[in-house]
Amino acid sequence: MTSKLSNAQIAWRAAQDIEDGAYVNLGIGFPEMVAKFQPPGKQAIFHTENGVLNFGEAPAAGEEDWDLINAGKKAITLRPGAAFFHHADSFGMVRGGHLDVAILGTYEVAENGDLANWSTGPKGVPAVGGAMDLVHGAKRVAVITDHVTKDGKPKLVKRCSLPLTGVGCVTRVYTSLAVLDIEDERFVLREKLPSMSVEELQAVTGAELVLPDQIGDLVAPEL
Amino acid sequence: MDKTVPNLATAVAGIEDGMVVMVGGFGGSGAPIELIHALIDRFKATGSPKNLTVVNNNAGNGRIGIAAMIDAGMVAKMICSFPRSADPRAFTEKYLAGEIGLELVPQGTLAERIRAAGAGIPAFYTPASYGTDVAKGKPVAEFDGKHYVQERWLKADVAILKAELADTLGNLTYRKAARNFSPLMAAAAAKTIVQATSIVQPGEIDPEHVVTPGIFVDGIVEVSDPKQEEALMREGVAYA
Repeated sequence: MTSKLSNAQIAWRAAQDIEDGAYVNLGIGFPEMVAKFQPPGKQAIFHTENGVLNFGEAPAAGEEDWDLINAGKKAITLRPGAAFFHHADSFGMVRGGHLDVAILGTYEVAENGDLANWSTGPKGVPAVGGAMDLVHGAKRVAVITDHVTKDGKPKLVKRCSLPLTGVGCVTRVYTSLAVLDIEDERFVLREKLPSMSVEELQAVTGAELVLPDQIGDLVAPEL
Repeated sequence: MDKTVPNLATAVAGIEDGMVVMVGGFGGSGAPIELIHALIDRFKATGSPKNLTVVNNNAGNGRIGIAAMIDAGMVAKMICSFPRSADPRAFTEKYLAGEIGLELVPQGTLAERIRAAGAGIPAFYTPASYGTDVAKGKPVAEFDGKHYVQERWLKADVAILKAELADTLGNLTYRKAARNFSPLMAAAAAKTIVQATSIVQPGEIDPEHVVTPGIFVDGIVEVSDPKQEEALMREGVAYA
């Protein structure tokens, strides 16, 4: 059995592709971890849906100001040059194409770029938040995810079986085993764990991989 | 002109059964806790207002604010994007029992529907939700090769909001990220009631700093030491 990247290592890999000065929205939960792994000398400007640009890390315990939170309702701090704005402006930044990158978690992502990350079915209380807006408008919409579900089923599939968040919206996928681009409704393999063969990767992927001449090694530091 | 009202009970006196009420805030940031609790006090004393439709990003947390309104049985329906929170039991229990309605709206669409109402725009097209269950039954159109979903404005009878500074003409500033939906709701409601941490004289807020112009505001009440919903949650407070 081949090893795989930890969540921190997946977040680290995604962070390496964020340019200095890029405007970035990180989905709540796992994607928030990407902010911790920006390469030295590169500082992204983070956007949160509830109306803050250029926020920094969480304050020390006891230092929270609960009027200053992110979309996950966690306390944040401000970096120099931060800005506040109302919700319509905030989502204008999203849909209007002003964000460079949005990074989201997912239940399933399909080779045609469809994303399913908001609902696992009709049970319980449905809640969508900003996910259906965030998948539209950012110049790059990337997903970070384990390559398979907890019970070993592929999360990269031909077509999503769960309720969709957006149609044809994902451009890049960072997983625990590989980095893939979605081009012409196909998964194009860009990097894979060096310890894993293409055949082994294909066996845990629910859609056919396109194999370019150059496939890089997916290597992340111990974190 | 002076839009100041003397106390919280007077501020919420005009909210009647069956109204659509927009409540400012995103989670605890910007939640007008004192206005909400004044409304609950009135309901407990008089049985009114009830059968309210409440518009907010969320559907309450714990046993205070909107959650306490739901617990009290004042709310017939929530229009929101994310009816979950650290402690969502008030909404969850009533929803699963079929005792409260839910209109689930993507967050950016919710904001834009409210903005559109305040701006006199009856409908607009957004890419959000195209091809998803949320778009079922809504008109779709193609513009420049991309598909969009038609959404309608969302108006309210009343908005209750929290501001930092208000002058007596109703010009408002907000504190940090607490502004979120409030400037949009102020314009979308037929009547907008604001609790402000300080009420000052006209001219004391620099016109360059006004976020919500007073034309959108009908009543202001000073709450000089407002409670913060998240802080109350962490103290384990229940408003019952």
